[in-house]
Amino acid sequence: MESIGVLMACPMNSYLEQQLEKRFKLYRFWTVPDKSSFLASHKDSIQAVVGNAGAGADAELIEALPKLEIVASFSVGLDKIDLAKCKEKGIRVTNTPDVLTEDVADLAIGLMLAVLRKLCESDRYVRSGKWKRGDYVLTTKFTGKKVGIIGLGRIGMAIAKRAEAFSCPISYYSRTEKPEIKYKYYPSVVELAAHCDILVVACPLTKETHHIINREVIDAMGPKGVLINIGRGPHVDEPELVSALVERRLGGAGLDVFENEPYVPEELFGLDNVVLLPHVGSGTVETRQAMADLVIGNLEAHFQKKPLLTPVV
Amino acid sequence: MESQPPQERSEQPTKEVPHVLVMKPPPLLTLFEDKFISTKFQLLKAWESTLPLDQFLTAYAGSVRAVLCSGASPITPHIIQLLPSLQLVVTASAGTNHIDLNECRRLGIAVTNAAGVFSDDAADAAVGLLIDVLRKISAAHRFVRHRLWPATGDYPLGSKLGGKRVGIVGLGSIGSAVAKRLEAFGCTVLYNSRKPKPWAPYPFYSNVHELAVDSDALVVCCGLTAETRHMINRQVMVALGKQGIIVNVARGAIIDEKQMVECLVHGEIGGAGLDVFENEPNVPKELLELDNVVLSPHRAVFTPEGFMAACDQVVANLEAFFEHKPLLSPLIDE
Repeated sequence: MESIGVLMACPMNSYLEQQLEKRFKLYRFWTVPDKSSFLASHKDSIQAVVGNAGAGADAELIEALPKLEIVASFSVGLDKIDLAKCKEKGIRVTNTPDVLTEDVADLAIGLMLAVLRKLCESDRYVRSGKWKRGDYVLTTKFTGKKVGIIGLGRIGMAIAKRAEAFSCPISYYSRTEKPEIKYKYYPSVVELAAHCDILVVACPLTKETHHIINREVIDAMGPKGVLINIGRGPHVDEPELVSALVERRLGGAGLDVFENEPYVPEELFGLDNVVLLPHVGSGTVETRQAMADLVIGNLEAHFQKKPLLTPVV
Repeated sequence: MESQPPQERSEQPTKEVPHVLVMKPPPLLTLFEDKFISTKFQLLKAWESTLPLDQFLTAYAGSVRAVLCSGASPITPHIIQLLPSLQLVVTASAGTNHIDLNECRRLGIAVTNAAGVFSDDAADAAVGLLIDVLRKISAAHRFVRHRLWPATGDYPLGSKLGGKRVGIVGLGSIGSAVAKRLEAFGCTVLYNSRKPKPWAPYPFYSNVHELAVDSDALVVCCGLTAETRHMINRQVMVALGKQGIIVNVARGAIIDEKQMVECLVHGEIGGAGLDVFENEPNVPKELLELDNVVLSPHRAVFTPEGFMAACDQVVANLEAFFEHKPLLSPLIDE
């Protein structure tokens, strides 16, 4: 398989790069000075693309690679892949579901605790050397808070299970109500937002869910509401969120993703009720290795004409 | 020279309303004083007097039967001696390490604490600190705020919580609340306690060293006593290992802080989440430089809900005492 060309869209994991290099001819797209001439000269040798949350395979790239057979994403999210185009051309698509579910759910809860209990702010305060006796600051209790989940897929359910251990009543919004689920369903995000204390975005990013958190939802959340986003930056109308936080119309936010990563709105840096993370939802040694193994496993299965491990298309 | 306790200068309370001595105000009282107004008792505020404490007690506290204390105003044998009518010690905390329990027991003085009301908040803080250390939340937040993401690229990977073996030191009301939460994250819970708990479905370890050998992280939730002082020492930490994490929401002195700092600086343990320290508010300077440590200024239980519930419990215990009814949360010798 050493002659099979695999194009890696952007840097994502050195173990994955290493493993890909052992088995295939690996091209690192980000090191190429002139992308269009590279594609023109290599179009007949590239049979696979490996993408992630940051870069995948849009229509333009797919059209430029006539020998493309498979797009393997180092992520569970597929918003950077033109799925319709892949279907049209018979290109297989795989992602990395399940292996990262727990880490992302853990981080969602971690963000809730960090925002409500002001963990990052407390850490900053102690490191400043300014802690003196008698400085009493109360933070917000997490146990028992109402948690509203947008998208009750694998990650949403894992978040619900964890929050239940903190006695949090769970409610959700989904495209359709799930009758077998015991949590309270709301038929719109605005209604969900109005009836919970903490709102978590856990759905895939599609045309329909773009800016699913907008001004109306933020208003419904109210000045004590807390938003947690472990989905995709474009789920949130970011300028609206920033002004709501700066003007204290929203109680707080824990954000792992942004509309224009790695750029984070600087107006948020000074707020003590906001926690900002550099897209680390699946960022553990254990999980990234499992994700890499799944990408390799899917590619090998495809080129050995065996069933794909985690096909989407 | 004063002839009356300070607050009696402006109002003359009825003789029948007994006093509750407060030597220094606990945070609860400072923040929620209006919740301590009762028809069954009035507060005798020693700290408002210009007299040194001993003189004040001798002059005004001879008939005091109850005292409301906290860490800042310990109940020592010396203090007890100055309160010959003392029958009840109420602490506004879950911890009782600032009370000489042996002396109270010897003299038949009842002790109540704010048991249970702080457990959820303390457990939430403990789990929050553990996730923060493993997933580098505070450190990554700093990274973003220092504008390093565009410059440096991806943040270093953290460690998965699921599947970790977490050893809980002390499976009381806080420890069991921590255990319940960690189970939902797919952790394997182990514990050490003075005695095994028959209700606990987790493996019991009779000493903290053996617990550390089998654990990836330790969460300290026990009380501070003569037996638990410096119980977590270098030997325990080395047994925990280079990837091991310690979380402490109990009392600083349960850990040998000097040895812990050395272990952290030399990479003998992987990280720590600390809400308490041996000599608060002083925190060892070396910790302020470490990225694998998350620090909190003893506020694991500082939520309005937790505090209000604690106020209610303190007042309820005091009122029950003065009405000759059973105390709500007497300390039971386990």
